[in-house]
Amino acid sequence: MMPIFPHELKPEHFSRYPPQAKKFVIDYIAVLQRLPLSFLPSVLREAIEYDYKFPLERKTLERELANLNSLSAEEFKEWVQDFAQIRLSVALQDFDWINSPAQFVEQLSSHLWTTHQLDAFRTAALAYADRLNAAVPLEAPKAPRLGITVVGQSVASYDGPLFRKLRAHGAYYSRVNPKDGLRALLDAVAARAKAHPAPYAHWYIDGDMQAEHDVALTSISYGALGAPRAALLGKIRAEIARPGMGPEALRTHLAQLRPADLGLANGNEVLDRFCIKMLTEGSGTQIFSTTFVQWTTREALRRAQPLTLLARFAPRQRQRPMNEMLEATAESAEFDPVGSLVDADMGAYYNWVNQQRLAGANESAFLVWFEGQSQALAIGPTTPRGTTSNSATSLEQILASLA
Amino acid sequence: MGSTVLASHQDLTRQLAWSRREFLRTGAAMALGSTLFPNPIALAGVPIKKRKVVVITFGGGARDQETFAPEGQENIPHLMRELFPQSTFFTQVINRGILGHYVATASLATGVYETINNFASLPPEHPTVFEYFRKDLKRPSSDAWIVAPSNGFNRIGESNNRGYGPGLGGSVILPKHLLTAAMSGRTTDYEHLLRDNYESPLFVPDLGGNEFQLKQLELMLKLSVDDFKSHALTLSSPDELSLYIARRLMRQLAPSLLWITLHDIDIAHAGAYSLYIEGIRRTDRLCAEMWKAIQSEPEYAGHTALFILPDFGRDSDDNSGGNGFQHHRTGDALSRTTWMMALGPGIREGVLYDRALQSTDLVPTLGSLLGFSASFAQGKPVEELL
Repeated sequence: MMPIFPHELKPEHFSRYPPQAKKFVIDYIAVLQRLPLSFLPSVLREAIEYDYKFPLERKTLERELANLNSLSAEEFKEWVQDFAQIRLSVALQDFDWINSPAQFVEQLSSHLWTTHQLDAFRTAALAYADRLNAAVPLEAPKAPRLGITVVGQSVASYDGPLFRKLRAHGAYYSRVNPKDGLRALLDAVAARAKAHPAPYAHWYIDGDMQAEHDVALTSISYGALGAPRAALLGKIRAEIARPGMGPEALRTHLAQLRPADLGLANGNEVLDRFCIKMLTEGSGTQIFSTTFVQWTTREALRRAQPLTLLARFAPRQRQRPMNEMLEATAESAEFDPVGSLVDADMGAYYNWVNQQRLAGANESAFLVWFEGQSQALAIGPTTPRGTTSNSATSLEQILASLA
Repeated sequence: MGSTVLASHQDLTRQLAWSRREFLRTGAAMALGSTLFPNPIALAGVPIKKRKVVVITFGGGARDQETFAPEGQENIPHLMRELFPQSTFFTQVINRGILGHYVATASLATGVYETINNFASLPPEHPTVFEYFRKDLKRPSSDAWIVAPSNGFNRIGESNNRGYGPGLGGSVILPKHLLTAAMSGRTTDYEHLLRDNYESPLFVPDLGGNEFQLKQLELMLKLSVDDFKSHALTLSSPDELSLYIARRLMRQLAPSLLWITLHDIDIAHAGAYSLYIEGIRRTDRLCAEMWKAIQSEPEYAGHTALFILPDFGRDSDDNSGGNGFQHHRTGDALSRTTWMMALGPGIREGVLYDRALQSTDLVPTLGSLLGFSASFAQGKPVEELL
């Protein structure tokens, strides 16, 4: 096949795209034709997934391309000229970047490192992002966001300091009544889902099996994904055993897996695709439940931009050689509750950091609780920073202070 | 806009070095190098034939907040209390190359930013420090050794450069392969020592051991398979196994150039923070053990310099393109900037330098100390150590 350059793009080149993605790229083909090859596949990587994206992701992508479409010729050149300076190899130019844009971007990344162009590319990308943020500001959320993280399941007591990275930003509570704490948090999340109904706006992510929860919540759990994880690990073992297989080939293979390949069929293709990406693109999400919760929370925040997100960490399996962990079953795994608490403590910090990257950060609130115990920490617009409360309180009262 | 971004990148790097310097000054009572006069007692006082160098690199750097920052110092008690006060410390070593562990270690070993595929079993393209050392100084292969993790590192001893290359490199020993060979494939009870390369966590490299490796064990290290197996049972990680083999090499062969690549910290790629911290604490302890070994071995005591440096850093929490400590993929200032400490005769003790070095400066510096010319290396000798 002869290489195709961006300016040669035609609607028929997108015949293998899913229906909504095809319509989307054809609607914007004029602007796609003007983008440099070092940049265009990054856009197509998002566009080709259009059918499986969350509503806010679609809107963001549409606004980006509409903005590019509205630029004058001179402005357009200014926006993309740094990308145009990136030198590409012949192999990259020949690559089927139209139908495999994600693989192109992966190879582009390797090319940028090898040719010492990574800094130039990052400079171009940051400049573009700054311009885009100025021209198309993030939309404020419909209601202030609330993030809740629950850590320490199965840890009866822990003497180490918790929430160290978060304390300077909020109020630490040492005498929280733990009775029915998880239920109180799930009820609060459900109430927000009823008050501000919107698709994928309210999430519950669990490192174990989900507790009973309101159906209005978008819910994912490490426990419920046990069968797809086992299927995935089986495929990984089979691939690794193939002669000539290396990490890059394995990654490419994993990227091509579809929900049905792992027996995922919840009747919600958007969520199924999201789940499979967590398992195939995340590093460690397949073997450690703590990593699964942290990474899934990060990606849910980044992509769906929810108004509410409750993340509950659970004990992960103890560290063993990777080939053993790939073969572990739920029955054979030994757990490391205290190590998992340390993982989750850092995970809570990252959950807060990632929530604060979204629009409306100044109004957002965050709560982290040591499950079954009396320690919690809250951060909100009116919460005094760096304070400690030794008064008896409840999670309901803390949540009320954040509202 | 482009120059603004670049400037802020440089500012970040400088701030990083400044923070590290302040942490160390307060935590370990070190002095600023620029305020000191040169040390009259230099390694130059040791006859060149007797000089030895041990290099420890970490494959999978650690960030300041888990090490030198006040909240991180609890993880590195040995470095802080024992080694820093005896060392010259460089707060800012920048790696401008590819941030993959094999290719970055190859760059450290050649003094050139290598561009080989990080995941392929390929030799470096430029002569390694081991080749310069052996060819220029006419040293036998037993005088230059590398103790390395398994993935790809078996080729790091010699380049494919025509003027050097096969037959002139360092001998590579892969402790995990040795153990696999010793166990004849039956590795029950030893799995904790065979943990894998984590940079691509799901890819488990083949750990084949062979007859040659067993010969290494018995002929060179004077270690019976049974003794090796019994001792291995007392160890807790692959890096402990590496250090055990390194010490055995020192005792039996006393190589003048010994390079050890540690790897336990890189469990961070699996995303478990507690395991990453455990890796840092173990590495801290192993570095101190190596320094003690150098001082207690007659062949090394008094004429050996020890260099300790991570191959690069890890991503910052502030970079939305990364995921904090887990990876080193963004190429941001934190992931590119690391540090180096040097200890040994003639190396000033308790001194900090915050000028920027490059990773590629290591090999020319070793060349100046040991008396060979690293003619292909891009870096420059670190004058503060000469």
